[in-house]
Amino acid sequence: METLLIVIIKSAIFILLFLTVSAVLTYVERRISAFIQDRLGPNRVGPFGLFQPIADVVKIIFKEEIIPANADRTLHTIAPIISLFVAYSVFAVLPLGEKLVIDGKEIKLAVADVNIGFLYILALSSLGVYGITLSGWSSNNKYSLLGALRASAQMISYELSLGLSLVGVVLVSGSIQIDEIVRSQANVWNIFYQPVGFIIFLVSAFAETNRLPFDLPEAEPELVAGYHTEYSGMKFGAFYLAEYTNIITASLLMTAFYFGGWYFPFVDIYSGMNPNLAGILQVIVFFAKAGVIIFLFMLVRWTLPRFRYDQLMRLGWQVLLPLALLNVLATGLVKMIV
Amino acid sequence: MTEIKTNGRPRTRQIKRKSNMNLLERLYLPEIIKGLSITFRQIFKPKVTFEYPDVKWQPPASFRGRPVLVVDDETGIERCVACGLCSRVCPALAIEVVADETELDKERYPKKFEINMLRCIYCGLCEEVCPEEAIVMSKEYELVFTSREEAIFGKDKLLTPASKLKDRLEFLRQMR
Repeated sequence: METLLIVIIKSAIFILLFLTVSAVLTYVERRISAFIQDRLGPNRVGPFGLFQPIADVVKIIFKEEIIPANADRTLHTIAPIISLFVAYSVFAVLPLGEKLVIDGKEIKLAVADVNIGFLYILALSSLGVYGITLSGWSSNNKYSLLGALRASAQMISYELSLGLSLVGVVLVSGSIQIDEIVRSQANVWNIFYQPVGFIIFLVSAFAETNRLPFDLPEAEPELVAGYHTEYSGMKFGAFYLAEYTNIITASLLMTAFYFGGWYFPFVDIYSGMNPNLAGILQVIVFFAKAGVIIFLFMLVRWTLPRFRYDQLMRLGWQVLLPLALLNVLATGLVKMIV
Repeated sequence: MTEIKTNGRPRTRQIKRKSNMNLLERLYLPEIIKGLSITFRQIFKPKVTFEYPDVKWQPPASFRGRPVLVVDDETGIERCVACGLCSRVCPALAIEVVADETELDKERYPKKFEINMLRCIYCGLCEEVCPEEAIVMSKEYELVFTSREEAIFGKDKLLTPASKLKDRLEFLRQMR
């Protein structure tokens, strides 16, 4: 067992790491959006505008926070905390690599080594709806409420196909422990066994993170800013941060479940390597793979237009859900025969 | 395309969408990938941004910036004879001219020539009406002032040597 101290140090490192990565992501996203639209994007603060996230954070912290007069003050304050809490607790079970060996002690590269990590992630990520729904409800604003209603309907619908698509992965890998799932892909990645499942997971992940083809909860042209219309200052920042953290978590999960986590494609380079060096390399490979997926998230944002509400529901219930069920059935049959 | 007729007149048109999409198109995914590749290629295209304070836009000769008074290069005297036509034609009543006599050949000169830049609408009528080609629109588009008084430009700010206005003067001659 790992001591409490190590767990605390690990969680601090994880939180700092994800905070920095999501701050950098805001910059990268703005830069790439700009490039896609033939613009330059933020390039004034520091070299290539690299310090832009720092300026953004300083600005958002010093901004005035306004709570509408008729808002429910308690819920209005709690909502962003829930969103952020859920976003940050999901990655507690994410193994970024295998282990480090310090002073002869093995330290796993995950905050918590839970053997039902898969279920933990599914259970917690569905809690994220509460933050959004409560924020819409407590703001006492029609746009917020509409955004929140859409968000809850959307996230609950897509939660189903998200979970079902992962059942295929569990069947193939034969474990619900995330590092076991990753280890089972040492030779062949799951995406080759589960291409349909991957597409379902990808689409559902877009819907779960409220990214553009499915960003109905905040649809600017119709709903002002959706559920966070009445938020300002760091509370708005919390929602923003939660959104980016969700994107990172979704990409990391996708890497772990379908793209062989920390494994190099088709070559086993870690066996016989110094475990510390291997551990660090694994984290880098893991993040590099996730980075490609995050880039895909950004490309999709500027390619696909927003779905209408009924189209979103039809896609979720009439296409993805039956497809996910069929995928589970087919995977099960193949597993039984082979 | 079928037309729905009410009282013999076409009202709404029913548009038939392309229904013979093949299986690949109906799956959407290949089409989405096509779209993504277009978006991806867009990243590397040249950018159109002017990084403004560092790189300034150079307007063409036809640009109408703030109006200025032309000073002849040889004599160093303004061309204006204070006829007051510009002030008369100005639709925004931005120009004020006070004339006075002078020993020079032109006999009259503007003792006071003021353009209120808060009123000026950059229509260029003053330039069009001027018989001496003495007031022209320059290329200057950066105007800053912090009070209403500052916005009234007197002769000190208006007088500009003709060599700096070459582009515009040539342009005007071509258009005449």
